[in-house]
Amino acid sequence: MSDFSKHDAIQSPRLIKSLRYPVPAGSEITPEAVYLNRRALLGMMGAGLASVALPEESKAASKIEPLAAQKNAKFLPPSDPPTDIKLATSYNNYYEFGTSKSAPAREAESLTVRPWTVEVTGEVMKPRRIDLEELMRLQLEERIYRFRCVEAWSMVVPWIGFEFRQLAALVEPTSKAKYVRFTTVARPEEMSGLRAKLPSLDWPYTDGLRMDEAMHPLTLMVVGMYGQTLPNQNGAPLRLMVPWKYGFKNVKSIVKIEFLEKQPEGSWTKAASNEYGFYSNVNPQVDHPRWSQKRERLLPALFASRETELFNGYGEQVASLYAGMNLRFNY
Amino acid sequence: MDAVSPPSKAPFSLTQRLDEALKQPKLVRVLKLMLFVACLWPMVEPPLHLYLDPLALGANPAEHIIRDWGDWALQLLLLTLLVTPLRLWLGVGGLLRFRRMLGLFAFAALCLHVLAYLGFDRFFIWDEIWADLLKRPFITLGMIGFVLLLALALTSSRAMVLRLGGALWTRIHKLIYPAAILAVIHYWLMVKRDVTEPLLYACLLFMLLAARLPQVRPWLKKRRS
Ligand code: HEM
Repeated sequence: MSDFSKHDAIQSPRLIKSLRYPVPAGSEITPEAVYLNRRALLGMMGAGLASVALPEESKAASKIEPLAAQKNAKFLPPSDPPTDIKLATSYNNYYEFGTSKSAPAREAESLTVRPWTVEVTGEVMKPRRIDLEELMRLQLEERIYRFRCVEAWSMVVPWIGFEFRQLAALVEPTSKAKYVRFTTVARPEEMSGLRAKLPSLDWPYTDGLRMDEAMHPLTLMVVGMYGQTLPNQNGAPLRLMVPWKYGFKNVKSIVKIEFLEKQPEGSWTKAASNEYGFYSNVNPQVDHPRWSQKRERLLPALFASRETELFNGYGEQVASLYAGMNLRFNY
Repeated sequence: MDAVSPPSKAPFSLTQRLDEALKQPKLVRVLKLMLFVACLWPMVEPPLHLYLDPLALGANPAEHIIRDWGDWALQLLLLTLLVTPLRLWLGVGGLLRFRRMLGLFAFAALCLHVLAYLGFDRFFIWDEIWADLLKRPFITLGMIGFVLLLALALTSSRAMVLRLGGALWTRIHKLIYPAAILAVIHYWLMVKRDVTEPLLYACLLFMLLAARLPQVRPWLKKRRS
């Protein structure tokens, strides 16, 4: 059950059924209507009709295809149901498409996400340009992660992806590889934010991880969410997801991955190093100058009543990475 | 021919006619009612919208509401500051009758803005609020602005004008200038990266304040003739 192409998935009703993530009984949240309707429809229509445009989908979503992956039972939401897909795909920080949170859902449609290749270089034995299709054949799985933004809001999202380790194995990092830098695509002709007179950040967008962070089994390369390929505004076709760090670390629409000897400086750190550090682990004890990080608003709640957990609740898995480090200094 | 037509009045300009009209108490009352509704609606609309449709304000309705109320407070503050230059420019003294209402609505929107922050963002946890006040310059400056405007709101009544006397009252109410400046800085500091909007407000405020300079006032008046 490791390797599903999109067509296998569509043809197998059994599998489609198993993809539903658990929604707590009696949950009064707005159901993932778009997601589940589409699933039901696809199930009924069977293979071959997957490309029929469904009326409730926006134009931007027309490129989105169903994507099957085995659900990883270890990563079910502890208590919270996944955020409504409509919210997760309409409230995005993606400055390449404008600085407001609603802009990416409108503007990102213009990004061409197929064909797509990722250049993987640096301190590796086998530097390569890897086609997205090849990555899609790696072992994909669905994991439900908490997502915590530095702006003190959070969501719960069912991502589909593969562990970064799988990608690293394809290029064989050398012993000199101490860090990994991820770079977002930068195409002014397709990305309105890059054409802005006052650039909001230094393009292209980059950020990085320490090697052991990148190789951690929680570190995911994401190609889909909510049972579909990624919408452009969420970083299609390939993005990073490191659930114990603040959201901005999760570089979107990745075209380059470099294994480096020296610690790289991310775009936000470059813009304001006192606000956004290299580690940027979720930590309620370390405030951002603009936002208290003690609590968070689990969207779409009105009240920021939820207490933020160290490492976003993934401390059991990742705290050992930072043993002996002063997290206040290494923010 | 001229015997038939009624004796024509002196040719009134539009602004002169407006000035005359604003001397009729009945019309002023109707206009005030309309202004009241126009000022109130943007304060009521966001929560009403949310109540009718939980997804109407997007994923982060609290942020949406705080920002809408903050925006409206700032916009009303600037409208309040527009009254005097407009009056000089158009020569319509009666516009002054609407200034207090604009100012008080600016303060009301501000109260909602601050209340939403205290509740939605800080969950009424006073330690955290206090920490925010000391630590985050945009909150500190906003709060100073709020306190200044509170003083204006408390002294806005006719009785207060009489009690304080015109000269002192006018001096107190000049505090609207630093309050508006603080509000724009507050917005500027709150923005993460893209300062386009606060820059726009800063330009508007600059013009409104410049209109009060003794060098500019006569020029405004001259434009009328
Ligand atoms: C002179 C008084 C004030 C004015 C005119 C004002 C106005 C504004 C404006 C225009 C914004 C930006 C809205 C946007 O992004 O569209 C804002 C943001 C904000 N203001 Fe104020 N404000 C004032 C005082 C305060 C005070 C006293 C507090 C709290 C103690 C406060 C808390 C906030 C917060 C938390 C935000 C950020 C909202 C968010 O991003 O979630 N403001 N304010």
